[in-house]
Amino acid sequence: MSEIDHGGAVSHEPAVHAHPDAPDGHSVGTRRSYLIGFALSAILTAIPFWLVMNNVIADTMIATIVIMGFGVVQILVHMVYFLHMNTKSEGGWTLMAAIFTIIVIVIALSGSLWVMYHLNTNMMPGMVMDPSAPII
Amino acid sequence: MSQTLHAAPDAQLDFYDLVEHEHVAHDSTRIGFWLYLMSDCLIFASLFAIYGVLGANFAAGPSPVDLFNLPLVAVSTAALLFSSITYGFAMLDMEEGKKGTMLAWLGLTGILGAVFLGLTLYEFSHLIHEGAVPQRSAFLSAFFVLVGTHALHVTFGIIWLIVLMVQVGMKGLIPANQIRVQCLSMFWHFLDVIWIGVFTVVYLMGMLR
Repeated sequence: MSEIDHGGAVSHEPAVHAHPDAPDGHSVGTRRSYLIGFALSAILTAIPFWLVMNNVIADTMIATIVIMGFGVVQILVHMVYFLHMNTKSEGGWTLMAAIFTIIVIVIALSGSLWVMYHLNTNMMPGMVMDPSAPII
Repeated sequence: MSQTLHAAPDAQLDFYDLVEHEHVAHDSTRIGFWLYLMSDCLIFASLFAIYGVLGANFAAGPSPVDLFNLPLVAVSTAALLFSSITYGFAMLDMEEGKKGTMLAWLGLTGILGAVFLGLTLYEFSHLIHEGAVPQRSAFLSAFFVLVGTHALHVTFGIIWLIVLMVQVGMKGLIPANQIRVQCLSMFWHFLDVIWIGVFTVVYLMGMLR
């Protein structure tokens, strides 16, 4: 059976469930891939710590964005090198579940932050007590 | 395996099911555990959302800059990162059937996890000693819930690791134990992924504020 059969296009065939080319259906790493992942993670951890500890970037906004960027990249490194996520493991279902989870997380996080931020800024006591504002 | 694949179509699904039952059961264990991890991810996402919303509400109390000790966080981050690679080496040894070295790597992983946990507990006790208790401000409530939930996960990961080492020691690398080691591997690396979010959002961004 070729790997293409795991893609789902012919998933009604019983043989597809047997994962013939991967005895237990999941991908394993090699010593090399673990070491690459570790080296990348160490670098991606050390740089943001160094940036914050030495106040390298003066602008807080830019520093925040840079640090979050490093965090996101490191999470991706962990998913690929340590959790062995790819399009083929478990016939693609781990990736599907992960994508769904990420979508839910993005909606929940951005929605919460957005709504609560606007609630905070628009409902500030200062706005009501502003003498120049028309009182209705 | 190949016999199954070459079976005539009318030799049937139930024949197929009977032969493959063992196999399919192991497969569903791994995907099922992955789905659990994804739901756990949602728990942490909501805790991160709470921290994101409340993280700046200090109630005239201490702020991250007053409380956090970045070198300490760097050490615990390093411990967790090293434990990821030692667990990876344990997985490789398991694939090669080296039980002794695998147990040694697992033991080292557990020790590194315990170091991480000890540093977190030290930090918590230090904060509480300084009066930065969860009920002090919304920021501290959110902080203790988020970091505490992660530390609780690490605690159970270490307990699981010890139980698994005993099981492997007693029964050897039987398929059931291999599946368990693989599931704990996912759990352990998943906790490391969550910790990346924690040290980025809570500690590093907190110090910038």
